[in-house]
Amino acid sequence: MSTPTYTASMEQGQDNTMILNMGPQHPSTHGVLRLVLEIDGESVLRIMPDIGYLHTGIEKTYEAKFYQQCVPLADRMDYLSPFTNELGYVLAVEKLLGIEAPPRAQWIRVLMTELTRINSHLVWLGTHALDIGAMSVFLYCFREREDILRLYEMLAGQRMFDSYFRVGGLAMEVPLGFFDRVKQFADRFPERIDEYENLLTGNPIWTRRTKGVAHISAEDALAIGLTGPALRASGVDFDLRRDMPYSGYEKFQFKVPVSNDGDVFARYILRVEELRESNKIVQQCLAGMPEGPIKADAPKIVLPEREKMKTQMEALIYHFKIVTEGFVVPAGEVYVAVESPRGELGFYVVSDGTAKPYRVHVRAPSLANLQALPKLCEGRLIADVVAAIGSIDIVLGDVDR
Amino acid sequence: MALSPPISEIAQLKDRPELAALLGWNINVVQAVKLDRDELTITLEPSSIREACAILRDDSTVTCNLFSDLTCVDWYPSEPRFDIAYHLLSTQRKARVRLKARLPGDEPRIESVVSVYPAANFFEREVFDLFGVRFEGHPYLRRIMMPEDWEGHPLRKDYPVEGYR
Repeated sequence: MSTPTYTASMEQGQDNTMILNMGPQHPSTHGVLRLVLEIDGESVLRIMPDIGYLHTGIEKTYEAKFYQQCVPLADRMDYLSPFTNELGYVLAVEKLLGIEAPPRAQWIRVLMTELTRINSHLVWLGTHALDIGAMSVFLYCFREREDILRLYEMLAGQRMFDSYFRVGGLAMEVPLGFFDRVKQFADRFPERIDEYENLLTGNPIWTRRTKGVAHISAEDALAIGLTGPALRASGVDFDLRRDMPYSGYEKFQFKVPVSNDGDVFARYILRVEELRESNKIVQQCLAGMPEGPIKADAPKIVLPEREKMKTQMEALIYHFKIVTEGFVVPAGEVYVAVESPRGELGFYVVSDGTAKPYRVHVRAPSLANLQALPKLCEGRLIADVVAAIGSIDIVLGDVDR
Repeated sequence: MALSPPISEIAQLKDRPELAALLGWNINVVQAVKLDRDELTITLEPSSIREACAILRDDSTVTCNLFSDLTCVDWYPSEPRFDIAYHLLSTQRKARVRLKARLPGDEPRIESVVSVYPAANFFEREVFDLFGVRFEGHPYLRRIMMPEDWEGHPLRKDYPVEGYR
């Protein structure tokens, strides 16, 4: 970048203020976020986020790929919750096509999405506590995260970018013993949440650093576009999983925690509650997992089973055509939103009736949540900025795409 | 779950509160409507977009209180070239609506909705940066993703995927 971006607007500052550049390599900005702060002593007068350091043009890349080739790209935006991204994308394409995944595929999708939520919240909790000075929580959180990453690896062969969901279903049946491993994890996880809470919730240093800090009201939160736990912490009772269910979420019983405090502590306690609720959903998934196929009956869209491909001519032809030419999606446009760990993750997919998407736009929850940062921090101390960034839980890969 | 054909008759859709509110305000601003795959799209006269957003936010039967998304679709080389798509959500009614404004390829510009929905700020900057659509009245219309001295608008269809080398 040749010229500092915010020079022009920052020149309006008074003589006794100072411009402080925070990031893009600052450890507490969770990636490559650059903040330009105008400060008077320790208090922040103005704050300007500067983003784009991780812009990789994923939306442009989508337009050059077949629909089925886009699933791995979806993984790579919000790298802490790959399954949620995949789910949003495949649901959007399925809606365009007018097909639906069979029940077992939907339940496995819910299972993996909730494990992803736990994974993402654990990374958030560890790093957020680390930012504010509670070092040990990080080690505890990453212990459980490791368990989840091993589950991912067992399921799809990779620890982070799994590319396991497919348009019309899943890539393959889960491996033997997978559900038992998930069950072991889910059975002992509630105790682990108690461990984190023992370290933080009643801790006087933690409460002083977080209670009453970076407050935002419900009206402001809605106006600025906050979604997800950050919005519910301000008292707006809205969760896409419960209120606009997708992928079979209406079949699960879970509470949506809401708080009226709207500060960093409320957002913390709410996400910890979400960990418990997600764990309950995981348990329900395991208890009621339906049997049946994991791919929709749509031979022109879903790749055939390997066995069929070797024995049936039609299956071989379909396989060849899907891999070389992709599948045609009827013209139209859809906007499908799922509840990611950070908020509303929307996919706006426009099809022109060919095998490649005409346009894919991702409504990144992190981008919208980041807009709230000036509102949260202005008038407060520099040290609170660090707490506020952690509390809105942004992932820069999601912000910039 | 087979696809049903889209409905595009205003008369058939005028019971939808979003459309009713807009028709009640000014019948001339609605250029087209479409209900496709359970999603309502209202194409509006571009100059009316800010007031239309204000009506959808404040009308007690619509209550679109959350600005979900804003983006652009480039239909190069056909005209009008740019579709600006606004996605609004009502958390009370649990319903979405898509507003659309179609802009010409030559100097595309439209009124900013930041004064109605502050959440539109970064989204409008993103569309300005990547498509070159100007949002009039935006408080800080600068590039957001690309470097300040970048030439061209990468998400336009006439911009090569691998960039200019």
